[in-house]
Amino acid sequence: MRVLFGFLGLIVVSLLGAAPAQAHPHVWITAKSEVVYAPDGSISGVRHAWTFDDMFSTYALQGIETKTKGVYSREELAPLAQTNIESLKEFGYFTFARADGKKERFLEPVDYYLEFKNDALTLHFMLPAKTPFKARQAALEVFDPAYFIDFKFEEKDPIKLVGAPADCKLQFQRPNDGTANAQRLNENNFMNGDNSNYGAMYANKILVDCP
Amino acid sequence: MRRHTSVAQALLIGIVALAAIVAVDGALHVLLAQNPFGGPRPAKAPEPQVGGIVGWLLAKQSEFYREMSATIRAAKSDGSAVWTLLAISFAYGIFHAAGPGHGKAVISSYLVANHETARRGIVLSFASAMLQALVAVLIVGICAWLLNATAKTMCGAEKAIEIASYALIAAFGARLVWTKGGGFMRALQAKPVPAMATATAAAGHHHNHGHDHHHHDHHHEHHQHAHAHADAHAHGHAHAHAHADAHSHADGHVHDEHCGHSHGPTPDQLAGPGGWQRGLGAIFAVGLRPCSGAILVLVFALAQGLFWAGIAATFVMGLGTAITVATIAIVAVSARGLAERLSAGREGGGALIMRGIEFGAAGLVLLFGLGLLFGYLAAERVTCL
Repeated sequence: MRVLFGFLGLIVVSLLGAAPAQAHPHVWITAKSEVVYAPDGSISGVRHAWTFDDMFSTYALQGIETKTKGVYSREELAPLAQTNIESLKEFGYFTFARADGKKERFLEPVDYYLEFKNDALTLHFMLPAKTPFKARQAALEVFDPAYFIDFKFEEKDPIKLVGAPADCKLQFQRPNDGTANAQRLNENNFMNGDNSNYGAMYANKILVDCP
Repeated sequence: MRRHTSVAQALLIGIVALAAIVAVDGALHVLLAQNPFGGPRPAKAPEPQVGGIVGWLLAKQSEFYREMSATIRAAKSDGSAVWTLLAISFAYGIFHAAGPGHGKAVISSYLVANHETARRGIVLSFASAMLQALVAVLIVGICAWLLNATAKTMCGAEKAIEIASYALIAAFGARLVWTKGGGFMRALQAKPVPAMATATAAAGHHHNHGHDHHHHDHHHEHHQHAHAHADAHAHGHAHAHAHADAHSHADGHVHDEHCGHSHGPTPDQLAGPGGWQRGLGAIFAVGLRPCSGAILVLVFALAQGLFWAGIAATFVMGLGTAITVATIAIVAVSARGLAERLSAGREGGGALIMRGIEFGAAGLVLLFGLGLLFGYLAAERVTCL
């Protein structure tokens, strides 16, 4: 009996523990984001511009008719933008906000459109906060928990504060710059089942402190 | 008595299915659900980085994958880049399969449950990987190349196929649980059966066959459709096993009504009615769902006017995947062999342990199918954005 349970236990542990480990990105997004403030100093939403990689852009454009080959107007891309926005809903738009530790929610995107430039598609959209919020520290994370999509912020001006009160300070942490990730993961704690948020390791963290 | 057993078997399947749902729900939903608001992670938890072998594997996969688009573009003007593409695809296939995914899990569990040979494991791994490549090529070939459909349509097709393949895994698992549950129950009931106490692998086998046939005889009258189906399969297995014995002994003189007489293990024999039907369920269950990466590569290659290069890359990718999966399958078969040797010395209990392992492995296949089907187990996402 011990052999039996040992054997089965081994299978279960090895399979469950490592299930998310197979995830690796198939889509790469280069992001640029703006934190938008209302006149009263509360955060009213986030405006994203996400540029997809070469391969995914080509995939997404498959079957889309255009007047001129290789040139896609905003109108011709409108149905695709609609599809993108609808699909992103399931994933919470990969944007996770906290105001002083409290989760903040977003409404469905507005002002969305796609743009095709240099062989790449860029999805623009504005994510309005469900209720505009003020916070001493607002934290915004952009990542895919399943790590199917890899989010990387632009090198130059990755984040902008729009209309923020003058004393607000912006901090931006990339997934691999070490400041956010003091602790390295070894195989042990990778396999211990605490994979609830596998992609969080690849999160981009935006912090805005307004004293 | 027979009737009794079949009712108990039905109960057992029910219990396993229920246990699977409950266990999977409890554990995995918490673990793997894609919580849109950052999951249950405490606000100030230390955020780990991927390191070690797993991190390295992931990094390598990403690296190879990202090189593919550049290489396909290069191949437009420089034909020799196709060779680079194939090399990258092969490496990507090997690395991609190295992380434990459902395909490997299902094949390994099936091999353990059904007491298959390593040779059979290798054949299954390659057949399912090739089917997987073929399905990807067919999806893109039909949707994108022939019909010029949009990515949205393609992703719809992918989703439908995905659901079908998960349902197939669950059905395949249920069938295994049904047959193996019977063996386990009998081993539980009749602990010190002399024939079983000294059972070698082959003897244990023949024992099973007898029972499978009995089921075949008796279930038809009392039970509905589904049962008859499962029994038909069990019947098929019985033949197939006789076949396998012929394989392992080169001088085999086992005769069965399907193949007449057995020759040595030639490839055409593997493809014969007794050979394929046994593993066909596993091949389809695992190979039906294409890899999202392959679909992306194919569409990209098509857009560059190099569809053929994309197809070649997809099959080479499948070859790489098959090598890794086959390796894992061999490990699973060896582990079973080890368990068998360890338990062989025991009185009666040895057979019970082996039937238990088979039953457990069968249950795992069912569990995977249900988990994937109801979204508790996260598989690689379908490319729908």
